[in-house]
Amino acid sequence: MIQVRNLNVTFGQGAQAVRAVRDVNFSVAEGESFGLVGESGSGKSTALRVLAGLNPHWTGEAAVAGVSVGQRDARLPRLVQMVFQDPYASLHPRHTVDRALSEPLEIQGIGDVGPRVERALTDVGLGPAFRFRYPNQLSGGQRQRVAIARALMLEPKVLLLDEPTSALDVSVQAEILNLLRRLRRAHNLTMLLVSHNLAVIAHMCDRLAVMNRGAIVEEMDVATLRRQEPREAYTRQLLLASRGYDREVAANIITYD
Amino acid sequence: MSKPLLEVEDLRVTFPTPTGPFRAVRGVSFSLGRERLGIVGESGSGKSVTGRSVLSLLPPHARVEAKRLSFDGKDLLTASPGEMRALRGSRISLVMQDPKYSLNPVMRVGEQIAEAVRDKGAGARRRAMEMLEAVRIRDPERVFNLYPHEVSGGMGQRIMIAMMLAPEPDLLIADEPTSALDVTVQMQVLAILDDLVAKRGMGLIFISHDLDLVASFCDRVLVMYGGRVMEERHARDLRQATHPYTQGLLDSLPRIDDDRAELPTLKRDPAWLKD
Amino acid sequence: MSTWRAQLLTDTPASRNQARLGQFYRGWLQFKRNKLAVLGLLIVLLLIVVAAFAPWIATHDPYAQDLARRLLPPGTQGHWLGTDEFGRDTYSRLVYGARITLMIVVLVAAIAAPIGLLVGTAAGYLGGWVDAVLMRLTDVFLAFPSLILALAFVAALGPGIENAIIAIALTAWPPYARIARAETITIRNSDYIAVARMQGARTARILWAYIMPLCVASLVVRVTLDMAGIILTAAGLGFLGLGAQPPMAEWGAMISAGRRYVLDQWWVATIPGIAIIVVSLAFNLLGDGLRDVLDPRKS
Repeated sequence: MIQVRNLNVTFGQGAQAVRAVRDVNFSVAEGESFGLVGESGSGKSTALRVLAGLNPHWTGEAAVAGVSVGQRDARLPRLVQMVFQDPYASLHPRHTVDRALSEPLEIQGIGDVGPRVERALTDVGLGPAFRFRYPNQLSGGQRQRVAIARALMLEPKVLLLDEPTSALDVSVQAEILNLLRRLRRAHNLTMLLVSHNLAVIAHMCDRLAVMNRGAIVEEMDVATLRRQEPREAYTRQLLLASRGYDREVAANIITYD
Repeated sequence: MSKPLLEVEDLRVTFPTPTGPFRAVRGVSFSLGRERLGIVGESGSGKSVTGRSVLSLLPPHARVEAKRLSFDGKDLLTASPGEMRALRGSRISLVMQDPKYSLNPVMRVGEQIAEAVRDKGAGARRRAMEMLEAVRIRDPERVFNLYPHEVSGGMGQRIMIAMMLAPEPDLLIADEPTSALDVTVQMQVLAILDDLVAKRGMGLIFISHDLDLVASFCDRVLVMYGGRVMEERHARDLRQATHPYTQGLLDSLPRIDDDRAELPTLKRDPAWLKD
Repeated sequence: MSTWRAQLLTDTPASRNQARLGQFYRGWLQFKRNKLAVLGLLIVLLLIVVAAFAPWIATHDPYAQDLARRLLPPGTQGHWLGTDEFGRDTYSRLVYGARITLMIVVLVAAIAAPIGLLVGTAAGYLGGWVDAVLMRLTDVFLAFPSLILALAFVAALGPGIENAIIAIALTAWPPYARIARAETITIRNSDYIAVARMQGARTARILWAYIMPLCVASLVVRVTLDMAGIILTAAGLGFLGLGAQPPMAEWGAMISAGRRYVLDQWWVATIPGIAIIVVSLAFNLLGDGLRDVLDPRKS
């Protein structure tokens, strides 16, 4: 469903050029959930934005359901949608929930707007009472539910998730993760999840790739991650560091280039 | 244990709002020796307000009341603004989440650290250099002359800590000091704080939303919700917490090694907030 | 709480309109706390009422001359604000002048603000050469003091109140374009714009439905604050004889005519002067109040 071949992204030019993504390859099957893990600057979000069609400066191949994301293909909106990290920044402050959810339908010329909006709200556990609220009348978790409902309005096959819970409290994170798992089953969604949190990836994904400095370090299935048996030293260090504070581990941290 | 460094008894902080007074902190008590005390809670739990009220760094319209709020035997409630300033400059320091907002953008970082050193003069520069080394910055000479926008987030946070530790405070309040950092950098920054507590006998209040981190880093933990302390525990026993709120929070965290299909969500009980 | 208030302040409005009205009402509740802004609003409303009902409010025909009763001081029987050099009733001319002042203000706002909004948002969102061309054009207009530029336009178009309005509007839009562009640049990379693009929205839709609503707030504030300047520029043109032409009852022209008698019959020039100051001040107070309510960074 998602194919990425030899993906390279370079920001800037000449001596100041930064290779944000280097020769990245991966593919995700239909209905599968794939994770991209890494620290800041690893290029995971950049790769995701390429697939979202939001980053035009890339070379290689990147396609969703056989449609390249490079050309602004009219089929793409109904194939791939995205949920962003910060629910406070991803909803237009002057649009009601109703407006946010009907926009995609109106842009794509789909009728039956009212019932579809109400169904979508029920689907994400909010209910029709939220339909005419403004974002400033919603909590962070409720906003993220609206953002998820909005991403599903066009019934895409692929859902891109950029750190969807890292701005939320842990109890709200659990609710959103449960919701995403339920929606994935109900709509047979293919998911690509970017996160720095290994536990979230382990909970949500079937397979994952670990990225560092723009390149994929290794790819593994979730069972390997759960057993904590990665192949590469970089991944082992990441696993150790995310278990909580440990003097020993802290003293032995190496910077990988 | 020796006499506590900081004593807080029945702290209450109220903010006036258009819809009536908002009680951000409602009767928090704790005492701190030369140890690492963690305060965990979700957003709105009052953990940051608690930390700031010790330093009198709340906006002027906030009302702070307490039966007792004393630092090393000195009453902080009756201290004049001048006395508080003196305390903040030398004996109590605060490290915040984002170094971008806490460092002066038009001053070299080394000069900012030297500024914070208690006795000014020729020694200050050397002392600043020592502080940069203490927070494990490899090339202090070079970093000394950088401006804040020229350093990375992890480096900025270390500079921030160096600056706050330059006057050798007795108490450090760290409000989410590592949340914006990558896990590996976070570990290194924590190791620095850990050393300082162990070597200098500094008291540390570590405010965070990350239960696992607090449990592994601190000696004692206060769990806050709705402006109150739900429970206080030794950090290593946090997993055995008895309060349903703490248990709920711990359960709702996904773990690398479990394969629960559904995460239990937290049921909040209004009785937790009854007076 | 009465039912209509409860309906406006509810957290679960039942329609888009109710939600919008609720948002508006909340804004009004906040605006109401600023007493000076409410005073400004009352004066502006008074100006509108006076302009609308001028024939009923005025005591005399503003153009009726009576040379026997010229230059009477305020408080004279039948002319409580006195008369001018042709014996016309100052109060009635002031009342009719409100119509002209209001017309200038409304027309300038209606021409300059949309031009500025369109130019600014297009330049900010599209960037590249569109931005460069539009902004250099804006710079050209900004390089001249607006009164001088307006003078040049009036000189080219010919004197008269309509041409004065067009001239002022043409000199007033560049600052709005600058504001709209600055605002757009901060918005254009936000996540909700990215979402709209992923949904397949065209540039025109993004500008109209996403960017402009967020720029309008700061423009409304700026236009309201500029009203004072616009009234003064119009009065200045009137004073220089390039705006409203005699015998039209325009406040600036009234001052201009009165200045010959300012030493002996001070009130002829002073009374319209006070009117200009009061209305300018009212718009300023109103703009300050609106800024507190409409600031988009707040929500």
